[in-house]
Amino acid sequence: MQTWSLVSICVLLAIIARWGVSLNSYSGAGKPPMFGDYEAQRHWQEVTYNLPIQEWYFNTTNNDLNYWGLDYPPLTAYHSWICAYIAKTINPEWVELHKSRGYESTQHKLFMRMTVLVADLLIYIPAVVLYCLYLTDGSSKKKVSIMFCFLLYPGLILIDYGHFQYNGVSLGFALWGILALGLGWDVLGSMAFSLALNYKQMELYHALPFFCYLLGKCIKTGLIGRGLFLLVRIGVTVLATFALCWLPFLAEPSQAMQVVRRIFPVARGLFEDKVANTWCSLNTLIKIKSILSGDSQLYLSLACTLLAVLPSCIRLLTKPTFWHFKLALVSVFGIQHWAVFKPTGLKCNEICYACPFLVFVCSMLPLFLKDGLLVPYIVTSLGFLFFSIYLLSALDHCSEDKLRLGAYNKLFYCLFIPWGNHFLHFYISIAAMVGLSIATAVLIPPPHLPDLFPVLVSTTAFLHFLGTFIHFNVVQFSEPPSRKSQKKSN
Amino acid sequence: MAADSCSWFPALAVGVSLLKCFFISAYRSTDFEVHRNWLAITHSLPVSRWYYENTSEWTLDYPPLFAWFELGLSQVARRFDANMLQVENLNYASPATVLFQRLSVIVTDVVFIYAARECCRCVREPKGSRDVLSRPSFVLAVLLLWNFGLLVVDHIHFQYNGFLFGFLLLSVAKHLQSQHLQGALLFAFLLNLKHIYLYVAPAYGVYLLRSYCFAQDNKDGSVRWSSFSPLRLLALGAIVTSVCALSFGPFIAMVRGREFFFCSGAAPSGSAPSVYRVIKNTHHDVEELPPASMTGGLVQEFEHSVLPSVTPAVTLVCTLLSILPAVASIWLRPHGAQGFLRCLLLCALGCFMFGWHVHEKAILIAILPLSILAVESREDAGIFLILTTTGHYSLFPLLFTPAELPIKVVLMLMFTIFSFTALRKLHSAQGSLLHPLEVIYLLGLVAVAIACEVVFPLSPWQQRLPFLPLLVTSVYCAMGVCYAFLRLYASLLLRREEKPKQL
Repeated sequence: MQTWSLVSICVLLAIIARWGVSLNSYSGAGKPPMFGDYEAQRHWQEVTYNLPIQEWYFNTTNNDLNYWGLDYPPLTAYHSWICAYIAKTINPEWVELHKSRGYESTQHKLFMRMTVLVADLLIYIPAVVLYCLYLTDGSSKKKVSIMFCFLLYPGLILIDYGHFQYNGVSLGFALWGILALGLGWDVLGSMAFSLALNYKQMELYHALPFFCYLLGKCIKTGLIGRGLFLLVRIGVTVLATFALCWLPFLAEPSQAMQVVRRIFPVARGLFEDKVANTWCSLNTLIKIKSILSGDSQLYLSLACTLLAVLPSCIRLLTKPTFWHFKLALVSVFGIQHWAVFKPTGLKCNEICYACPFLVFVCSMLPLFLKDGLLVPYIVTSLGFLFFSIYLLSALDHCSEDKLRLGAYNKLFYCLFIPWGNHFLHFYISIAAMVGLSIATAVLIPPPHLPDLFPVLVSTTAFLHFLGTFIHFNVVQFSEPPSRKSQKKSN
Repeated sequence: MAADSCSWFPALAVGVSLLKCFFISAYRSTDFEVHRNWLAITHSLPVSRWYYENTSEWTLDYPPLFAWFELGLSQVARRFDANMLQVENLNYASPATVLFQRLSVIVTDVVFIYAARECCRCVREPKGSRDVLSRPSFVLAVLLLWNFGLLVVDHIHFQYNGFLFGFLLLSVAKHLQSQHLQGALLFAFLLNLKHIYLYVAPAYGVYLLRSYCFAQDNKDGSVRWSSFSPLRLLALGAIVTSVCALSFGPFIAMVRGREFFFCSGAAPSGSAPSVYRVIKNTHHDVEELPPASMTGGLVQEFEHSVLPSVTPAVTLVCTLLSILPAVASIWLRPHGAQGFLRCLLLCALGCFMFGWHVHEKAILIAILPLSILAVESREDAGIFLILTTTGHYSLFPLLFTPAELPIKVVLMLMFTIFSFTALRKLHSAQGSLLHPLEVIYLLGLVAVAIACEVVFPLSPWQQRLPFLPLLVTSVYCAMGVCYAFLRLYASLLLRREEKPKQL
């Protein structure tokens, strides 16, 4: 069968999966007074449509920042405005100032779900298709298989179409950025990534690899001459993109500062809820939150984050190849759970890597249970697991060589064994996930440990992240595989 | 079959089963309550009351074997939510009930999956190693397992057609494999599960009598009367009788009058693209009808005020006349199991087009078996594409809720893209599948779809003529179905004779 028909069928299947999940409940459904992320997005439409731009990020009588105040960068606000404009033409009650708080109806849900799908169709899905067709290796069947698994990733589907968010937009822009960098269009890539940053500040986690890769590339080309010219072009593009996005807020410095204060809420503390990162896991042993002051927590977190990503970024600066860039992107994600469904389906062509992706989804199970998304969670996770194993193992073999452990194998085998005997640990990981999922969904925790299962899930996920983080750092410091079709972008 | 055939079939089956799980929360039709009611009736009431119970409007009107099936299901239902098994709990639809019922359809589809596997075994594989995606068995597996009509009718609208079609396809597969007694047994079971399959009973009856009971043919293909085997006839009779006894045993005195709609009678409700739809449309042009008369769901009497009313007797005569040539053809000049399959299709289509109280879902009785022929012959592939596209599109009105619009459009696109590209690749060596006029007709279907789903709801006629899109869809599709019917007839009657089979 021709590639275009296979690609179309895969994309259509991905759309069905998304729409099927969106038939279920969303976060905060029927739960006044605060509801959830769905109401937050609806509220942003109400605020952006009815209020002048100068009031969007400020606490005024018309805009109560305590009730889902805007805390994403301006591009999200503009997107909300566009959605609100359409909402108003269909049914003004959906975005009426103050009166539409907590508005819920079948038609409104349909509209909101449709906005997510449209955004995905315009931004995320084309990026995935083009990335897989042009920047992955192998036969066309393998590329389509990778693309299919990529599109089926449960994390993004469940969060965007279940819980309700627009991660597809920021991830899509970031992926366009990666795609452009892979094809050697650095200026376009930096513009795309700037758009991603201006949509969701969480993309900052990927900003360092982008920065180091581009800077390294400029240095390698020669800082006197072409390299400098490239650096200037990239710099100007980034600044121009930011300026365009922030234009309405640049009139007064206080406006811009308020936006920054809203999108970086450092007052919130070291971690929130049961997140699968270092601090939450560490907190079970040492109560960091009670030992350190708020400011100390912030500096500690910043310092540790930078230290963690430093090796990877330095490596990227010295060897700015697309291969190392992709690895660095994966290495920096172990920090916050939302960013984890980064399209590091970059490495999706090895089935073993399906495992950490699924662990991330499992780590969000407590959230999905709260939203009433257990059935979609089970179906999408099973689907992703099954098709990753079936399609990718049929087309590729997960060899140790490809895992790039080689000389490091003996050294790291004793310390942490995730990928030493990879198939055994793959299955152990899957079993752990299934066990934890069943426990979280079905069992009742003992009364003196009410958060037992969410914490267990977070800690298990964290251990996987840590292992993945170390693994990819190891791989990054070894030589890239000598594949004939290896793309060299410099 | 090549060694790795074992791997792609389970993958297709698992994939489609997971896909079906996405529709658990989707729109459900009244058929959902129908089956819940039947679960309650069979579970809570004694056998003697099953066909008399009428607390709910959805009385038990399938043959007894289906009632036993519902009884079996109810034993599992008890563990999900025992409240659904109370007859008084009309329209009871707790989350556990919905989950159970949806899962029961998905799980019982295993019969269909097994039948599809058997059908794939009957397909001839051309020599030479081929890419898996281009193998006839793979294409057939997808056309059957991922059939748009079944997905939409069973897993959204809600019915157990997958389970039932499993029996039909398995029976056909057995006949293709020359295991006629098994085929007959399976069909006997099927008839006792849902009597709509009476549509194709003439094909079975004549084929088995002619090609099985008469063990040999003369050299010129005509019947050799001396080869009649009473033993075989007895075996068939025994099978049918025992299955009916198993099913009807306790009910002999009770079922009369409930099963067949001829008595309760009505105009063809729904939007089935039958011949009568064409007549109705003409009638509508003459006189505007009160709004909720046609697709109310419940069976009602209806009389035309201008054109002559269509009575059950008339439909019976028309139906018999339409299938007579096909049945006669396999009697006079049998073409083996392939001829039987063609006759089965023609009986199904004839009854669909001229039958009394036909649901649009009945088009699946023709579409599914035609898939088997489509992967083997270029001409049949062309007929399949027309019948399938129009038949599937005629199912669109079944899902009328806005939330399901993306699902039906995307599923339809998926199936259509696959069927067109895969069949074209399969038969690429023999020329194009469709005549240009046929292509234009199918493209016209897209225009009709856009007009009915998008343009019409926003137009001023929406209030005055709410059933206009329904009628336009039915009439347009009726043309395609009639055309496919005639072409199938041509392929049966004008087929070159094969060697008379020795069974």
